[in-house]
Amino acid sequence: MTLAVDLAYWQTTTLKVLVVLGVIPAAAIVLGYVFLLKMMSHMQSRLGPMEAGPHGTLQLVADGLKFIQKEDIFPDRSDRFVFGIAPIVVLMSTFLLYIVIPAGPRLVVEDLDTGVFFALAVSSLSVLGVLMAGWASANKYSLIGALRAAGQLIAYELPLVLAVVGVVMQAGTMSLQGIVRAQSEGEIFGVGFLGNPFILTQFVGFAVFLLAAQAELSQTPFDMPVAESELVAGFMTEYTGFRFLFFFMAEFGSAFALSAIGATLFLGGWHLPGVEGSLADLTGPLVLGAKVMVVAFFIFWFRFTYPRLREDQLQAVAWKYLIPVSLVNILATGVLKVLF
Amino acid sequence: MKAVTTLIAMSGFLREYFTVLVFGAAAVAMVGAMLGAGSLLRPKRAQAQKYISYESGVDPVGTGWSQSQIRYYLFGLLFVLFEVETVFIFPWAVRLEDLGMFGLVEMVVFIAILALGLVYAWRKGVLRWM
Repeated sequence: MTLAVDLAYWQTTTLKVLVVLGVIPAAAIVLGYVFLLKMMSHMQSRLGPMEAGPHGTLQLVADGLKFIQKEDIFPDRSDRFVFGIAPIVVLMSTFLLYIVIPAGPRLVVEDLDTGVFFALAVSSLSVLGVLMAGWASANKYSLIGALRAAGQLIAYELPLVLAVVGVVMQAGTMSLQGIVRAQSEGEIFGVGFLGNPFILTQFVGFAVFLLAAQAELSQTPFDMPVAESELVAGFMTEYTGFRFLFFFMAEFGSAFALSAIGATLFLGGWHLPGVEGSLADLTGPLVLGAKVMVVAFFIFWFRFTYPRLREDQLQAVAWKYLIPVSLVNILATGVLKVLF
Repeated sequence: MKAVTTLIAMSGFLREYFTVLVFGAAAVAMVGAMLGAGSLLRPKRAQAQKYISYESGVDPVGTGWSQSQIRYYLFGLLFVLFEVETVFIFPWAVRLEDLGMFGLVEMVVFIAILALGLVYAWRKGVLRWM
């Protein structure tokens, strides 16, 4: 059952890089197909793509192949260097998110002590790439889109971070492995066989986290930065071919990663009650995958249901509701934690 | 190179963050490889019209770097303040078990001051769209 694990640092790191390199496009394709193409279509009483592959499964692969063949256009007025590296910055932020997500007792790239904190810090890096893309395009739509993206980050970064504090308090650690362990070993009202997924005690935190993650990912109703009816494609307007594809991959890769972080923080991550030891390394990825799909389902369900918020409404929701609510949540958790 | 190798061998902490560095480099390498592979496949037929900024099909007016009013400037200032405060909340959250009642009271005071600032900004009309 146990794998030979005495590999040198370089070998394991190479292996991890290759796995993550495979996981990100796969995650983007699965989320894109299941939710964006199929769930949205069925919710709107239509079929969606049906031709490429059985039931349209290969549609996104076909799209990717098409993007490869498209000309790489740099507008004359653009700042070529910044325009070129902006998608790399966005994709790098997605890539770094995957470092801390645990998929089993030993299946994690690096279990950093600063776990969630690192993940949240890295996830907000992507807005730098968005600002770079918008500014370097020298296009009015792009510039407005990028400024909106920055405004959105300013509003929703705080609720996202504050919602996580409650979980950190309960677990007593920021390491994601530690948080999973705290949930699997915890008990609620003396009942311990299911562990204590923090969604039970941190329900408010979970709700705030989901809303803020929705905004961080620029999903409708928080999609002002790429509002296609007014801004064409926002900060991506001038991008073609592969560089455009990088933004798409980063968006869905980050959606998967943030869902995975949500599942780890609130739903118990890879832990399945009753499965221990090295067997958990096998079931872990499957369990985590299932939980990710549940969280992502809520995010996309919300996306397909509500109309876009205006910029001032968006700021008001964050500052007047989510931040006060999460501050109260922190205090309530602190009082309960110290008293009991 | 030798120094780096010994450093990594010595400290698990440094090694963890070295992996982060490796991943960042891997992301850049992947993008480079994909763009390189793409350059073999994609056409390049230069036409002056292709390189005009897109403005819904008409010729662009003025420069793309137009001045615009950043309406959330005050939100930005508030954000910086709150973001720094959260940096203080995290270590407290990790150590809460040991700090006990003393830590809790301290944090209640801290968050009360934070909330007071938010209420003040609210009353002053900063949270209104300008």
